[in-house]
Amino acid sequence: MLSAASSALIICCGALAREIKTLIRLNQWYHIALTALPAELHNHPEQIPEAIRQKIGEGRKQYKRIFVAYADCGTGGVLDQVLKEEGVERLPGVHCYGLYAGESRFQSLQEQTPGSFYLTDFLVKHFQRLVVESLGIDRHPQLKSLYFNHYTEVVYFSQQPTEALLLRAREIADQLLLDFTHVETGLRGMEKILEQKIPLRESVNLSLNLDQHRRVV
Amino acid sequence: MAIDDSSDDINLAELDDKELSLQMQDDLYDGLNNEIAEGTSILLDRGWHPQKVLNEVLVEGMRIVGVDFRDGVLFVPEVLLSANAMKAGMSLLKPLLAETGTSVIGKMVIGTVKGDIHDIGKNLVSMMMEGAGFEVIDIGINNPVENYLMAIEEHKPDILGMSALLTTTMPYMGTVIETLDKENLRSETIVLVGGAPLNEEFGRAVGADAYCRDAAVTVEIAKQLIEERVSQHQQSAIQ
Repeated sequence: MLSAASSALIICCGALAREIKTLIRLNQWYHIALTALPAELHNHPEQIPEAIRQKIGEGRKQYKRIFVAYADCGTGGVLDQVLKEEGVERLPGVHCYGLYAGESRFQSLQEQTPGSFYLTDFLVKHFQRLVVESLGIDRHPQLKSLYFNHYTEVVYFSQQPTEALLLRAREIADQLLLDFTHVETGLRGMEKILEQKIPLRESVNLSLNLDQHRRVV
Repeated sequence: MAIDDSSDDINLAELDDKELSLQMQDDLYDGLNNEIAEGTSILLDRGWHPQKVLNEVLVEGMRIVGVDFRDGVLFVPEVLLSANAMKAGMSLLKPLLAETGTSVIGKMVIGTVKGDIHDIGKNLVSMMMEGAGFEVIDIGINNPVENYLMAIEEHKPDILGMSALLTTTMPYMGTVIETLDKENLRSETIVLVGGAPLNEEFGRAVGADAYCRDAAVTVEIAKQLIEERVSQHQQSAIQ
């Protein structure tokens, strides 16, 4: 959704697009436009840096400021090299999970239980396509044990949980024969970062608190 | 090529050695466990040495799989199915290779680093290295440095292999290499590192001897470094 009326552009991962769009709407950040790359790129992280470089090139023609809503996302620092060359910032951390859950909390969870498989709202909704089908488990069910052999639990970091999402997340854990933990993170972590990274002087109402408005989303 | 009229299945036993070898490489590519096991048995029954079956059929088949994976023709699921099929053949060959006392090119200790439970890549490397004639001691997942040190002390390997899938866990390879240095074990051990988020620059930065992009490349690099080491030792002995 590129908009000529906007002065800043967020290039985001498709896995974060709905959440960032929600924040833009709730905070009335009308000067920010959003464009997304397919979430499937996470299955080929080596393709992420150049795909983002291309989006930056396209965005420069129209926007004064660009921000990349990707963490390192498995690029092993290559994304940072590209962004340094382009003079563009990105989300902090290595995964968006840390952004939602809080970096220190996420690191501590990872250290305590290295066998955790993390879900977000997006991943719960698209688990079948992005995990089951992308990894070939639908065609070759025997692969499931190879992929998930050493995992012990599913941790669902929910942003805007509903009964249906919670039920689906539990089903995924059952399907993988793993324990299930639900951690409600909301969107505040992402909101704080965007407030810091994007110039908000054109924002109408900075004090808007997402939690107060969750029920309208 | 002999085709069984009653079905679309190829009757492997009716193929000559060359046809069967090529058919088995196709079956390996397609991840057909039963066909690989059957073909392996047929070749052994025909008097093929187990090492020949391994090198000329299975390892060569996996090499082709590796090339197509590198070139984006095959993806992880297909490679895993091929690896499983190779396992089916290897399970028949391994005891025979042990009996025949086939010479070992070198010994490798391999494990996934602390905090990381991913072992698909490591398992592929282990299998390909075994196939290439290395003795492999697999110490599993989530290994603190102490595990590597114990395994090195016990097995005295030529090569230490470390694997990581996560950007958060890969720096631990540097910790292990630093500890090897401190314990004066580094110069005795070739250190190879691999895993999806790694690259050559990272391998150099942590002080590994080589970064290995995939299982087939690992075998090539391991052989090359072992040869270099042997020739260095020979030169030292002459001097």
